[in-house]
Amino acid sequence: MSDTAEKVKKIVVEHLGVDEAKVTPEASFIDDLGADSLDTVELVMAFEEAFGVEIPDDAAEKITTVKDAIDYIEKQKAA
Amino acid sequence: MFGHLSAPRRVVVTGMGIACPLGLGVEHVWKRMTAGESGLGAIQSFDVSQLPSKVAGQVPSGPKAEGKLDIAEWIPVKDVKKMDRFIQLALVAAEEAVTDAGWKPEDEAARCRTGVMIGSGIGGLPTIYEASVQIYEGKTRRLSPFFIPSALINLASGHVSIKYGLKGPNHSVVTACATGVHALGDAARLIALGDADVMVAGGAEAAVSEIGMAGFCASRALSTGFNDTPTKASRPWDKDRDGFVMGEGAGVLVLEEYEHAKKRGAKIYAEVIGYGMSGDAHHITAPTEDGDGAYRSMKAALASAGLTPDRVQYVNAHGTSTPMGDDIELSAVERLWGDAAKGLAMSSTKSAVGHLLGAAGAVEGIFSILAIRDGIAPPTLNLDSPSRESPIDRVANVAQERRIDVALSNSFGFGGTNASIVFRKAA
Repeated sequence: MSDTAEKVKKIVVEHLGVDEAKVTPEASFIDDLGADSLDTVELVMAFEEAFGVEIPDDAAEKITTVKDAIDYIEKQKAA
Repeated sequence: MFGHLSAPRRVVVTGMGIACPLGLGVEHVWKRMTAGESGLGAIQSFDVSQLPSKVAGQVPSGPKAEGKLDIAEWIPVKDVKKMDRFIQLALVAAEEAVTDAGWKPEDEAARCRTGVMIGSGIGGLPTIYEASVQIYEGKTRRLSPFFIPSALINLASGHVSIKYGLKGPNHSVVTACATGVHALGDAARLIALGDADVMVAGGAEAAVSEIGMAGFCASRALSTGFNDTPTKASRPWDKDRDGFVMGEGAGVLVLEEYEHAKKRGAKIYAEVIGYGMSGDAHHITAPTEDGDGAYRSMKAALASAGLTPDRVQYVNAHGTSTPMGDDIELSAVERLWGDAAKGLAMSSTKSAVGHLLGAAGAVEGIFSILAIRDGIAPPTLNLDSPSRESPIDRVANVAQERRIDVALSNSFGFGGTNASIVFRKAA
């Protein structure tokens, strides 16, 4: 697992208070991890803070799974 | 309006929960209070070097088993950050109250007949402070999406309703230090008038923070002369009193329609038999010198109870330990009780827990009910030399065994708002 993936996973576990095992790449924040829309707003802010990236609202709306987050952040970091 | 009722319905108390500076749990707190213990101490949780008042009553931290608060034992970590401390305290007290009442409605009809009315004087002040600092530091975009719902006063009622699925009236009171009594009285009325069969009602406050302390210091309301002896700082009616001591906590009661409680075999602590209110129309923070507002509030409460003052054996006073307010309230009680003042016991439990602002009326309602249940008037600590004599026994320093069938509790708030509530022993 990449550093980014590890870090994303850790943030999700901390913010949503879920079991680490449930945070698979395919897991949906809302459908599988018990988040509501405000939780996801906060989660995206936590990603921005942790990775030093900007995630505009229209991009944030498309981040619905753990993998979406990892991919977006890695793309931003590579750019 | 109200044409569906031939008469108001009776309202009883079937559950109680408390979090206050003496700890968590009604029995634990009451035992300590009647033993004359104090929950006040020096503030350790934030920097008080610039504050003239450095004492407060804070809910003790520690495990539940010791009657202390470890919020992780009560609320999931991911939810804690969504609510200011006053909401957390409300949830803790509500859990005890609904468990005590044995009322967690299972079907939709029962859920829709159970409401919530928990108020707060100030609400999420520390949360607002932190958000302001964040904006000042240019981090506006980083503001938590939970900032507003964390700070809003009615979110105490909101969270309690969500947790237990209570779909009846969802309401909240904001009347400064009179909040707790208004919440209990208004919730009782909703039951009496048929809007609900059960109400989870009370008050919560957590303003013992830098901004809360600084604010009340600025209005010259707090005690400043007892920073080295915090347990002596709250001393209602004593000649050396010099202001109130800030406290935090929550009190929640389950109020229930009498037949509803009887039918399910609920334990009944007491009946809510009277409720009165008044406004001073005088000054933003000071009462009128003749205590007219307090007098009319108590008089209205007794009138709604259909009782003369001599039928009341105990008054839980507003008694905040301010130089002005204490004797004004005392005079108002003496005037209303007249010759019956000789047989009356009146104490201020703020001497032990401080002033819980919007939660005060709710926790003092609980203390009044326990006074009836156990026949014990809780003490007024530090009443060593009264600033003036009175025929009323103010229960100085030591609890007294007394026959108490009826108790009245007062709460008065900034803005000149007054409320009094009357409880009677369960028949």
